[in-house]
Amino acid sequence: MSELRQIAFYGKGGIGKSTTSQNTLAALVELGQKILIVGCDPKADSTRLILNSKAQDTVLHLAAEMGSVEDLELEDVLKIGYKDIKCVESGGPEPGVGCAGRGVITSINFLEENGAYDDVDYVSYDVLGDVVCGGFAMPIRENKAQEIYIVMSGEMMALYAANNISKGILKYANSGGVRLGGLICNERQTDKELELAEAMAEKLGSKLIHFVPRDNIVQHAELRRQTVLQYAPDSQQADEYRELARKIHENSGKGVIPTPVTMDELEEMLMEFGIMQSEEEREAMIAKSDAEMAAS
Amino acid sequence: MAKDHASGPEDYESLIEQVLEAYPAKAKKKRTKHLQVSQPDPEGDPDPATGIASKCDTTKSNIKSIPGVMTVRGCAYAGSKGVVWGPVKDMVHISHGPVGCGQYSWSQRRNYYIGKTGVDSFVTMQFTTDFQEKDIVFGGDKKLGKMIDELEELFPLSKGTTIQSECPIGLIGDDIEAVARQKNKEHNKTMVPVRCEGFRGVSQSLGHHIANDAVRDWVYEKGDGGAAKEYEPGEYDVNVIGDYNIGGDAWASRILLEEMGLNVVGNWSGDATLAEMERAPKAKLNLIHCYRSMNYICRYMEEKYGIGWMEYNFFGPTQIAASLRAIAEKFDDKIKENAEKVIAKYQPLVDAVNAKYGPRLEGKSVMLYVGGLRPRHVVTAYDDLGMKVVGTGYEFGHGDDYKRTGHYVKDGTLIYDDVTGYELEKFIEGIRPDLVGSGIKEKYPVQKMGIPFRQMHSWDYSGPYHGYDGYAIFARDMDLAINNPVWGMYDAPWKKPEAIAAE
Repeated sequence: MSELRQIAFYGKGGIGKSTTSQNTLAALVELGQKILIVGCDPKADSTRLILNSKAQDTVLHLAAEMGSVEDLELEDVLKIGYKDIKCVESGGPEPGVGCAGRGVITSINFLEENGAYDDVDYVSYDVLGDVVCGGFAMPIRENKAQEIYIVMSGEMMALYAANNISKGILKYANSGGVRLGGLICNERQTDKELELAEAMAEKLGSKLIHFVPRDNIVQHAELRRQTVLQYAPDSQQADEYRELARKIHENSGKGVIPTPVTMDELEEMLMEFGIMQSEEEREAMIAKSDAEMAAS
Repeated sequence: MAKDHASGPEDYESLIEQVLEAYPAKAKKKRTKHLQVSQPDPEGDPDPATGIASKCDTTKSNIKSIPGVMTVRGCAYAGSKGVVWGPVKDMVHISHGPVGCGQYSWSQRRNYYIGKTGVDSFVTMQFTTDFQEKDIVFGGDKKLGKMIDELEELFPLSKGTTIQSECPIGLIGDDIEAVARQKNKEHNKTMVPVRCEGFRGVSQSLGHHIANDAVRDWVYEKGDGGAAKEYEPGEYDVNVIGDYNIGGDAWASRILLEEMGLNVVGNWSGDATLAEMERAPKAKLNLIHCYRSMNYICRYMEEKYGIGWMEYNFFGPTQIAASLRAIAEKFDDKIKENAEKVIAKYQPLVDAVNAKYGPRLEGKSVMLYVGGLRPRHVVTAYDDLGMKVVGTGYEFGHGDDYKRTGHYVKDGTLIYDDVTGYELEKFIEGIRPDLVGSGIKEKYPVQKMGIPFRQMHSWDYSGPYHGYDGYAIFARDMDLAINNPVWGMYDAPWKKPEAIAAE
């Protein structure tokens, strides 16, 4: 068995992290890898496409029911899904109460201590949208994930989030050895999306691992609680995910310490691409439209 | 003006310099602003009771302690649960969060009370929601609600519940206000959520303020008046605010006020009931002892109900007499006459105490380091015994406390704010006073230095020290500490100076 490889998918909320990661990991199995997915989102929907159903027994809910996490057995929470991919959901409180971040810390410690990482080649963490507190940075910290893959698109807020996540990685890069594996662009069909994604990757000192084109077949598969790999294994989109899986697999050890930029630099880049106006231009526009309004 | 102390300010200033030498430049610069020697204040009017006008108000205070030093300050939770709310005897005070805060603050301030513990009074009991990991992750509101229901079943005679927030409550954002409103409706009892998470503020002082605000919001603003509705106010009704009845202080104070014809309708929060708080707005005057911890609610009552407030001091006969007269000034001639009668009545007691202990304590020097009001309030009591306070400081005082201190300490007194363990030890070593009055953390190091010590937070398990009765106990206790024969046996016999060994 090769050495355990731990990766994590981060990115702006709603960008398609869970969909992208599950499709990619399903493709990774075809390369003969044994995989464990750790869902670190309180919504517990990071393993739905692999399990073909929403995970019911999360680490934290079972622990709360039984009293504490010490009362829990690994078998209670470890589920086997598509092509023997192992799945665990951390779970967490309903929105607006408690501390989901502490929950992630509790869950990951439980999984490690109870041997969930034995006998797998890959551990993949799927973490909720923004790294809002220390808990959600857990996979980045303490020698957990070696490489982080940021799922993004050509939208401004997705780029902004990618930059922020890079800051988080940078913070722990020296103490824990975490690296940025690269960006995965999940096409949104925005202006000059591929170029922008490549430019962003360059700014961060990293690379665009793969540009995943938009295809409605992903939706069709998702509605059936399946990955594209399972729903339409011969489709073009399935091959895209296979390609992405292969690139990630070959990217082992090639992660970098990211070089996040300031908000100003980020905006400058968008202006260079002509998809954002400078403040002066914008003010001129407003003045012009005001003048027109006054004239009419 | 001649210096009142043999060593004088110049020496103390060089002592400060010397002690600060141990710090790195940045820490030294910061700590310099907290240490000073009180200066003469030629423009200030001498205090009517003490005749003193000195300047102590240049010290920086009420700011964050420097990381790396030892500070004895408490936290906001300590200020609310430990000081202000804890002694309200007929309410249950829940330490909301993990078990430690409640456990280690259990009954530490010796707030005496009358009542059947566990039936209608709960001060010496410890209640906690005992948070576990799942309560952090999933939130503790449900557990809190359930606990309040259980308390209602176990202790039906409790008049209400306060929720004293520990740190995690603020971190995970539990909605304790919603729980309080809900349980108030269900049980029809006062529920007070207090946002006194320990990480808020720089010391316990913010906890006092938050607790005062909770009285305002949840007893007055949101309450229905409670006991006040039935109460017919009298013209001599007063509230005593900021006496926590440590070792029975409030009882020794109350008798003096009652003997002069006043009706003490409430004493906060030593031996206090919720009804006393509810009735307070109907009183004529608020008498405030611990200004630091309770001035906020007095200012509120002044604004909202038009009740005046005044500070007073019941430590030692000089201050007691001055305070009794000042209080009587607010009332009619009958009360004024009574005040004189009370003072005259206790004069023989005072004379006897001074005759007995004065010669044994005359000229002895004292260094103090305490909280709240005592760094200044007890100074005149020592003066009454012929002793002199050579150094004093506040754990969590603000600028207005130091301003007031100028009425108590003579110029040339060493003043130290939020003093660090190192500084205090070095100051004591340098000055070698005859007595140090501070807390349990200071007690044993000081005694090991061969210097007598009294705890001045808990009265060293003695008390009361307030009032005329308290003065007698205070004098005896200081004598016990200073003139204890043990200090003569401090050195090993073979290390005794030859002259003594030869005897």
